[in-house]
Amino acid sequence: MELFINQVLAGISTGAIYACMALAVVMIYQAIDHLNFAQGEMAMFSTFIAWQMMQWGVPYWWAFILTIIVSFLGGILIERLLFKPLAKAPVLTNVAGFIALFAIINSVAGLIWDFTIKQFPSPFGSSPFLGSQLISTHQAGMIGVTVVLLIALFLFFRFTRVGLAMRAAATVPESARLVGINTSWMIALGWGMASAIGAIAGILVAPVVFLEPNMMGGVLIYGFAAAVLGGLSSPLGAVIGGFLVGIFENLAGTYIPGVGNELKLPIALALIITVLVVKPNGLMGHTVVKRV
Amino acid sequence: MTALLDIKDLRSYYGQVQALHGIEFHLKEGSMTALLGTNGAGKTTTIRAICNMVRSTGTIQFEGKPLMGKSTESIVRLGIAHVPQGRGTFTTLTVEENLQLGAITRKDTKVIASDIEKMYSYFPKLKERHTQQAGTLSGGEQQMLAVARALMLRPRLMLLDEPSFGLAPLIVRDLFGIIGKINREDKVSILVVEQNAQLALEIADQAYVIETGRIVMSGSASDIVNNEDIQKSYLGH
Ligand SMILES: Nc1ncnc2c1ncn2[C@@H]1O[C@H](COP(=O)(O)OP(=O)(O)O)[C@@H](O)[C@H]1O
Ligand SMILES: [Mg+2]
Repeated sequence: MELFINQVLAGISTGAIYACMALAVVMIYQAIDHLNFAQGEMAMFSTFIAWQMMQWGVPYWWAFILTIIVSFLGGILIERLLFKPLAKAPVLTNVAGFIALFAIINSVAGLIWDFTIKQFPSPFGSSPFLGSQLISTHQAGMIGVTVVLLIALFLFFRFTRVGLAMRAAATVPESARLVGINTSWMIALGWGMASAIGAIAGILVAPVVFLEPNMMGGVLIYGFAAAVLGGLSSPLGAVIGGFLVGIFENLAGTYIPGVGNELKLPIALALIITVLVVKPNGLMGHTVVKRV
Repeated sequence: MTALLDIKDLRSYYGQVQALHGIEFHLKEGSMTALLGTNGAGKTTTIRAICNMVRSTGTIQFEGKPLMGKSTESIVRLGIAHVPQGRGTFTTLTVEENLQLGAITRKDTKVIASDIEKMYSYFPKLKERHTQQAGTLSGGEQQMLAVARALMLRPRLMLLDEPSFGLAPLIVRDLFGIIGKINREDKVSILVVEQNAQLALEIADQAYVIETGRIVMSGSASDIVNNEDIQKSYLGH
């Protein structure tokens, strides 16, 4: 029983990272109807920026905030330069764009910071959380940050005019233009927010997986799995999906014989495919009620 | 006196296909002008061209300022509200959010709430359902929502594309009653596109008839109603 609880808690804390990545994925998917394959690399690059600032002596939380701002602007910049021109291009062109972006960011990061792994600090430390051996303070911190982020996003989309405009632009772009919304900028804003959220995910996961240019590969696949499970259209779904994927991954690794670390990734992929077949709209996806 | 909306030599294209062949008309401040024509004549294309939603050439002036080349959203921000064919409802958002979206570009945020109440007084059904997903409304209710959403802009000019489409006759009466009232009391100039010529001519003051992308007749609504050709082809007498 103790092992079970332990694995579930561990699953929830890694799930928090998947949840953050899934939030970022959903943010861009809402805006442009594509999965951004370079999302993980963008997050990794952001994490390196935070690391670099700390190397220069910037205190942790200042580096955290500055990195989020830089990532937000960077996300907007990437959209304006690379993907706005592709807005009307076929799906494959966009996919090629994502892969190009992936490769570019990965090698630029390798060029600047090389491929050796680096230690990344945690602001929460790694002592037992509330004296419990089940979960560390860093893990608890990851969960806490994710939940705060989700609440902030909920409030933003529910109660601000910009949030409402973004939702309108994502659901019926033509009508959004007809009420005067600049839908193109809403997409850019979606990229900026996704990039900022990815930065948070990267900064939180870096103390666990260590910082290096390929650190987000596996995490992003799980983020996709979480987003698909949640329904790709719902931030809440993405977060719940993230936690479920984290728990599922850990329990499968513990209890299903033969599923070691090597088989965890195929499990994520199998999960994506199963969800797409069984419940294509995911757990929390929009079921649009229509009357004719 | 310059017209509120002045259109000259408007030609519009879908790919290689030309849908409008030099449309010319104007709309006076405060007027309710009807644009009539059979299915496929080019009515929707004309009002989509005003909002730059279809590739076009020619000149379109609103309050003396050229609209050609401006983006759809910046044209809307000049005070032109467009109720599109098919209503354009934000189906996954609530009724009230749909109304808030109508006012999303307005700076006078303090009075938006009272404008929403005003819409509810025009259309009490919308108030009953204000927290409901807009996609759950009936066709008639969605049409009312589309008109209310457009009015939330506090427009100078409202473009209505077949507001009667698919609605029961009784609901159509109601809706046109309110549209007439908005025109008279709120001083909103209106361009209404209709296949139902009878109905449109009852509330309009001016009318244009469009056939295969050309204006073939224009005049006051009463002249048009009494025209023999119109009676034969559009009013079924
Ligand atoms: N999206 C489109 N692509 C190609 N042709 C179109 C499109 N929309 C309309 N048309 C054509 O343009 C002409 C005018 O259509 P429209 O303006 O929709 O007519 P109306 O609104 O008067 O019924 C028709 O011949 C129609 O077939
Ligand atoms: Mg039409």
